[in-house]
Amino acid sequence: MTVRIFVPKDAAALALGAERVAKALSSEVEARGIDATIVRNGSRGLHWLEPMIEVETAQGRIAYGPVKASDVASLLDAGLATGRDHALCLGKTEELPFLKSQTRLTFARCGIVDPLSLADYRAHEGLKGLERAVTLAPADIVAHVTESGLRGRGGAGFPTGIKWKTVLDTPGARKYIVCNADEGDSGTFADRMIMEGDPFVLIEGMAIAGIATGATKGFVYIRSEYPHAIATMTQAVEIAHKAGVVGTSVLGSAHAFDIEIRTGAGAYVCGEETALLNSLEGKRGIVRAKPPLPAHKGLFDCPTVINNVISLASVPIIMDKGPVYYKDFGMGRSRGTIPIQIAGNARHRGLYEAAFGLTLGQIVDDIGGGTASGRPVKAVQVGGPLGAYFPRALFDTAFDYEAFAAKDGLIGHAGIVVFDDTADMLKQARFAMEFCAIESCGKCTPCRIGSTRGVEVADKIAQGIEPEKNRELLADLCNTMKFGSLCALGGFTPYPVTSAMNHFPDDFRPVPLVEAAE
Amino acid sequence: MVTLTIDGNEITVPEGTSIMRASMEAGIEVPKLCATDMMDSFGSCRLCLVEIQGRAGMPASCTTPVAPGMNVSTQTQRLKDVRRGVMELYISDHPLDCLTCAANGDCELQDMAGAVGLRDVRYGYDGSNHVKARDNGGINLNWAPKDESNPYFTFDPAKMHRLFAVCAGL
Repeated sequence: MTVRIFVPKDAAALALGAERVAKALSSEVEARGIDATIVRNGSRGLHWLEPMIEVETAQGRIAYGPVKASDVASLLDAGLATGRDHALCLGKTEELPFLKSQTRLTFARCGIVDPLSLADYRAHEGLKGLERAVTLAPADIVAHVTESGLRGRGGAGFPTGIKWKTVLDTPGARKYIVCNADEGDSGTFADRMIMEGDPFVLIEGMAIAGIATGATKGFVYIRSEYPHAIATMTQAVEIAHKAGVVGTSVLGSAHAFDIEIRTGAGAYVCGEETALLNSLEGKRGIVRAKPPLPAHKGLFDCPTVINNVISLASVPIIMDKGPVYYKDFGMGRSRGTIPIQIAGNARHRGLYEAAFGLTLGQIVDDIGGGTASGRPVKAVQVGGPLGAYFPRALFDTAFDYEAFAAKDGLIGHAGIVVFDDTADMLKQARFAMEFCAIESCGKCTPCRIGSTRGVEVADKIAQGIEPEKNRELLADLCNTMKFGSLCALGGFTPYPVTSAMNHFPDDFRPVPLVEAAE
Repeated sequence: MVTLTIDGNEITVPEGTSIMRASMEAGIEVPKLCATDMMDSFGSCRLCLVEIQGRAGMPASCTTPVAPGMNVSTQTQRLKDVRRGVMELYISDHPLDCLTCAANGDCELQDMAGAVGLRDVRYGYDGSNHVKARDNGGINLNWAPKDESNPYFTFDPAKMHRLFAVCAGL
């Protein structure tokens, strides 16, 4: 019997040498005459163990990692093909604590299936949501999504069902579904992982959105920094098209829906939905004033649903298992699951999908295993470069949109970056301003000029120049940017700056240079 | 027609009217730089921000249409603070040659600096700017010379605070 060995083709695994491992494995297997197929799967999300390879056995899948190309011969000597023990053997994949304690709804197939096998996708419950959707009236699909409590996973947390209903109710000869895959936040990789590991779930989610709102065309706007995701998505759309999953007749129904993959050009601000729409239209990516809402007047002035990858990829399971199933997970007004991305100075870096409601401390200490450096955790930045820094004192905050807002933070796209006690929070605050200055689209004044002044004021504080006056000025500037900016780039940059100032005031009182020299 | 309240005054205007226009109809002047009747509203200068009861944040009055029953405030302390903060940023990257400038006395920027009560630019004038040809002993790459090729007007990039409004209108 042919044995299936899985070597991830996920960009994180590739960055850690998965391609070399796959090549070594392929030639060794051939040289030894082992009857084996190498499947290039997505990542399971245990990034500190990548490249993590797996072999299918009668007892289930057995994992090995982190594997180097030079380990391949010894792995085969030990009996990799039959799942035998080895120094790198991690045991049954499903039993790995990091995986076992997760609730994988959106990422149910990621890392398990061959990303480009539609047969594999179907065999793992794929397309059931779309099959159900084609039998329903658009308003019923929208009602399902509304009932599930799904909120925008891009960061704003706007109820997806309400957005869809607005587009459904807005008359228009043409409507569009736009998938925001411009995942620019530092420390986030959930969109990339799903596009590389289970692209059909996104295609299915977009097709359901199309049927629900009357849109017949979808665009996936992927950042240029994701070449592997772009390649996988492009191939997956072709495969789905040939198989009739999308096209003039979605699964043989009267609904037409096509998908086109578009590549960004490297601007962070194009992850802001209206700038993204401008970019898609071939214009410079600058933010539009709202209203009009994209749901009324979006891409090419047509009613447009613009959703994050994870929002759309969560729809198929909602349609398949029903809104109540999904809604039963979570807490408060945050329903369902959220793929938490643990990065930075954490011991266990990777993707952890769980129902809303874990505390930040559980995520950082228990799941993330503390810092990789072994030093104490000083702060974690939650929600990307525009998210607030949380000190240990706030680790009892539950992972929930409202709970984070109540602590002057945001969960954003659920990326968590861990810092140990060597981090200088004044430098981090300066970095936030510098990031905003580089990435600003330049349209509005608080963001365009404010971010540059923010860097300068932070530098003055660091140099001990009128520190009290400049701290006050930085706080005032944050107020101007927060309330005066046109979009979340300038509007949210104050989150990391003010949180750093409030929670780590000592870092904003550096020892004056003269004193330090003594 | 839509009826709304602006600073306590009830006013009725056609549907689709911006809050800024409605305010003017009511005799209330909202500070502004980028809005002009000659072009579509753009919402970039962030001086015409207002507060609307029941809505979060401070939307720009030039790009926000009126809605029935809306209760708009154009002069709260919070708005004054943000407007002065925005103006302070503008002036931190603008030449200080008012007395010799051709536009002196007929200058929107000057008017608005006065309107929002800007007294002091706490950032100083040593930071990154589009004003000085040479900076910190080197060439300032942000700076561009005046264009005086047109007999009717002079184009000075250093004084241009409405770049986007101009470009968007073209």
